[in-house]
Amino acid sequence: MSEKIDQAQVKKVAMLSRLDLTDSEVAEFTTQLSAILEYVEKMNTLDTENVQPLAHCLPITNCFRDDVVKESLGTEKVLANAPQRDEEFFKVPKILDDNSGA
Amino acid sequence: MTSDISYKVIVGLEIHVQLCTQTKMFCGCALQFGAQPNSRVCPVCLGMPGVLPVMNKHAYEYSVLVGLALNCKVAGFTKWDRKSYYYPDLPKNYQISQYDLPLSENGFIEIPLESGETKRIRITRAHLEEDAGKNLHTAGNFSQVDLNRTGTPLLEIVTEPDMSSGAEVKALAVELQRMVRYLGVSEADMQKGHMRFEPNINLVITKGGKEHKTAIVEVKNLNSFRALERSVDYEVQRQLDEFIDSGKVMEMGNKSTRGWDDDKQMTVLQRVKEEAHDYRYFPDPDLLPVELDDAWLEQIKSQLCELPIKKQIRYVSEYKLSDYDAGVLTADRSTAEFFEEAVKAGGDPKRVCNLITQVGLKLANEAGCGIAELSLTAENMSELAKMIDDGQVSASAGNTILEQMTKTDKAAQVIAEELNLIQKSDAGELEGIVEKVLAENPKAVEDVKSGGKKSKKAQGFLLGQVIQKTKGQANPKVVSEILSKKLS
Amino acid sequence: MPNDLLNMDCKQLREQIAAGKVKSVEATQAVFKSIEKNDSKIGAYISTFKEQALAKAKEIDDKIAAGESVGFLAGVPVAVKDNMCTTFGATTCASKILENFHAPYNATVVEKLLAADAVIIGKTNMDEFAMGSSTENSGLKKTVNPWDASRVPGGSSGGSTAAVAGRLCFAALGSDTGGSIRQPASFCGVVGLKPTYGRVSRYGLVAFGSSLDQIGPVTHTVTDAALMMNVIAGHDVADSTSVDEQNAPVCDYLENIDKPIEKLKIAVVPEFNAGADEPVQKALSDAIEVYKKLGAEIVEVHMPHWDYAIAAYYMIATAEASSNLARYDGVHYGHRTDNPGDYVEVYTKSRAEGFGKEVKRRIMLGTYALSSGYYDAYYLKSLKVRNLIRGDFTSAFEKCDCVITPVAPTTAFKAGEKTDDPLKMYLSDIYTISANLAGIPGISVPCGFDENNLPIGLQILAPAFAEDKLLRIARMFEKQTDWHTNRATID
Ligand SMILES: [Zn+2]
Repeated sequence: MSEKIDQAQVKKVAMLSRLDLTDSEVAEFTTQLSAILEYVEKMNTLDTENVQPLAHCLPITNCFRDDVVKESLGTEKVLANAPQRDEEFFKVPKILDDNSGA
Repeated sequence: MTSDISYKVIVGLEIHVQLCTQTKMFCGCALQFGAQPNSRVCPVCLGMPGVLPVMNKHAYEYSVLVGLALNCKVAGFTKWDRKSYYYPDLPKNYQISQYDLPLSENGFIEIPLESGETKRIRITRAHLEEDAGKNLHTAGNFSQVDLNRTGTPLLEIVTEPDMSSGAEVKALAVELQRMVRYLGVSEADMQKGHMRFEPNINLVITKGGKEHKTAIVEVKNLNSFRALERSVDYEVQRQLDEFIDSGKVMEMGNKSTRGWDDDKQMTVLQRVKEEAHDYRYFPDPDLLPVELDDAWLEQIKSQLCELPIKKQIRYVSEYKLSDYDAGVLTADRSTAEFFEEAVKAGGDPKRVCNLITQVGLKLANEAGCGIAELSLTAENMSELAKMIDDGQVSASAGNTILEQMTKTDKAAQVIAEELNLIQKSDAGELEGIVEKVLAENPKAVEDVKSGGKKSKKAQGFLLGQVIQKTKGQANPKVVSEILSKKLS
Repeated sequence: MPNDLLNMDCKQLREQIAAGKVKSVEATQAVFKSIEKNDSKIGAYISTFKEQALAKAKEIDDKIAAGESVGFLAGVPVAVKDNMCTTFGATTCASKILENFHAPYNATVVEKLLAADAVIIGKTNMDEFAMGSSTENSGLKKTVNPWDASRVPGGSSGGSTAAVAGRLCFAALGSDTGGSIRQPASFCGVVGLKPTYGRVSRYGLVAFGSSLDQIGPVTHTVTDAALMMNVIAGHDVADSTSVDEQNAPVCDYLENIDKPIEKLKIAVVPEFNAGADEPVQKALSDAIEVYKKLGAEIVEVHMPHWDYAIAAYYMIATAEASSNLARYDGVHYGHRTDNPGDYVEVYTKSRAEGFGKEVKRRIMLGTYALSSGYYDAYYLKSLKVRNLIRGDFTSAFEKCDCVITPVAPTTAFKAGEKTDDPLKMYLSDIYTISANLAGIPGISVPCGFDENNLPIGLQILAPAFAEDKLLRIARMFEKQTDWHTNRATID
């Protein structure tokens, strides 16, 4: 029986998830995720051709707030939990690529 | 070498427009450019554990308004999706955006061409999303992150690849700027990064009767009209050269991303990680979908105004203004509205236009505000225009009066009198002066009467003499009439 | 005397305190004495706030002495699960990645507890980020079942249920994404309510599966659950998914709590109940007999899609979790790895070091389900199955007032019994998960003990926003039985 997901895929998903996995974790997850995905396959026996996806159970739509300014936290509180800061900024190792998505 | 080559430029554009709401898209933090770093940040836009977004109503309504102005089909049902990618300026590591159900689709915008004609560019979609913060790259071996901008409402507008030159792309950008300012939904201040552009450029090259397409290049993050136009023109040339040199053409998915180096005035290839493109969009479970019913849509529609390009065309046809003047007057909404009010109050369109474009805008510029914010009323403006047209004051005196009007908020008539700028139009009084001038200048009189080349010049000389004698207060029109009568 | 005091339920204690017969300070001291004596064995709390709690208790006592009006929970020592943000202490989610995280704001439910004059004494252990069914996935400490220290308290709100069962507080808040209140309530012999999705604000609840998560009370009695609901239920402008008063008004859940539902119609799902252990089945049929004696009509319903619930749930919950947990990246708060090579390693290493195995596993699973090429087969398919499951409930509730099932197929299992097989652990959520997928309320009430003297829970499920009815149905049972009066003996 072929596994639902192989180690290469697990490694790719780990990168997408920004998780630095050890080789043994990769091996372990490959087995476990395969078993879970195998189980999940049972949904395919259900015909859902004409079923709408249900992202939300709520009977409501249109929740808005008024465009009114509320007080921000203030720089000190914003940075209070920062692992590293530089003056009034969060500090990270130098960003050399441009992977911004916007 | 290149004689058998012809090519067509194909450009589509993605534009991000920052909306001028008071607060961010999902929290109450104020939008404030230039504030102390990380001072306009709360738990929500900082992406703290447990926080939830609540949608800003204005941001949604502004977006619908732009959708309508772009002739889009505005969706009766729209929702919010998460777009996942990791970057330090994005604290949640996902951006709330819209994926498969954008709030508007399938529209178009008319852009003015240099020829004076307009061109229709199709709009693929316009959707609302939140902006990221800013990563600042320091001289040291680290980067700084400022989240003040995080969560700012951004409207992303995507066009079809309907443009064919840097000039057209720029025209669209300028038109869009004018439009969003008219609608009052964005300050569209380029200096503050309120508009950012990403053109997609490629060429269809015909060589030896065969068509070749070059690979599409996306130029990222342009924030001036100049850079936008130049980067497109640069890419056109670069892609053409590359094709000629190497014959390189488009292959499956070999779209690339380039940045604009403003110092070198060239585009530079950017490396983007392949996996970065798996954005894993899915509906944001923290936000409810939006249903737009007819009543609400109508209410938003009522905030639409005549769009600048339509105004510009109308000014040419209705007021017989030049396309250039019409363009100047319609550059911003308050100037156009001030102009129209003055015309409505009875001012001659061409005269009002001249007063605004030749003096008014300069004064406004000096005062650092719009013309409507100077202490000028449309009524006073139209009165001044009428005074000039009636010959009560000269055109140049009119300019002086206008300047005083902005300083004193007195009526044109009052200023004209105070400054002694009212022209003498009393035929009886002027006749005496004319006779005196004629008597003093027999040679000129001779020249006029003899006709021919010298006649016109001599008559002008005599008119000048009369004006001089009245210290510039004689109405030239009346004096001319008297002169003609006496000399015929 | 202190022991009697600790045996009180919230409502009794609140009445005694309000009447000035018991001081809140006394109750709070008694609770801390109990914690000091027993929590080293039980391990229910991640953090406690003795000084602050005693000060608050004193403040309430003073208010009462001065004749001022006080809130619904005046002076009552309560605990909250450590995935609800508090400005006091840390908010850890039992994760190393948030071990030192101090929230700058209070969750809405915390604000509501404080406004009701409750005395918040501590924050309880849980499975890391609420991912688990035994509290064994806590990254910070171990919690045992007060009925049998060799067994798990259930999860993920195992700290809250153990604290209530172990008399380390009078009531607690838990959160329930797939059964995380009801299952540990069942394992610990206490009452646990998962309200309708949208009934209680999620603002300040650290998200696991945003479309499934809901905060609810853990108490000794159904009446206390109603009392707690009076405090925490209601619309919150900070939570778009909390339902407004117009669409679903909140009622006074205590007002009619002792009034039985007339012509009660209860549904059972025979094919599913058959999957439970024998003692659980026995307790369930005994419970049905109790209702029959009360005049209830028992009908059978079928839930054709329940068999797919676990599959759909684990796709949806993990997909949402993979996105919700992306923010723990070592950049803005939380654990950061030492000496990262570049900024990407800040992410990959901080997360690898900060998250436990189950959390990683679920992030991986969810990321996979949403990734390009798999979205339709896994995530979208699950949303469709979710709709079918909700449909099952809609048709069922046309025939009945509520559905009764076991809470879990077994009683509390031994520590370590299922930790090596994640799928086996997931499968034990079979009875509770559907309520989260359908967004409906469910309650676990004590309904018996197995041969090892381990408590068994009865699950009652009701239509959306019918908490009032649900609580009254549960109360009808509670009045006829004394299972809820049994107390675990820790010594
Ligand atoms: Zn904010």
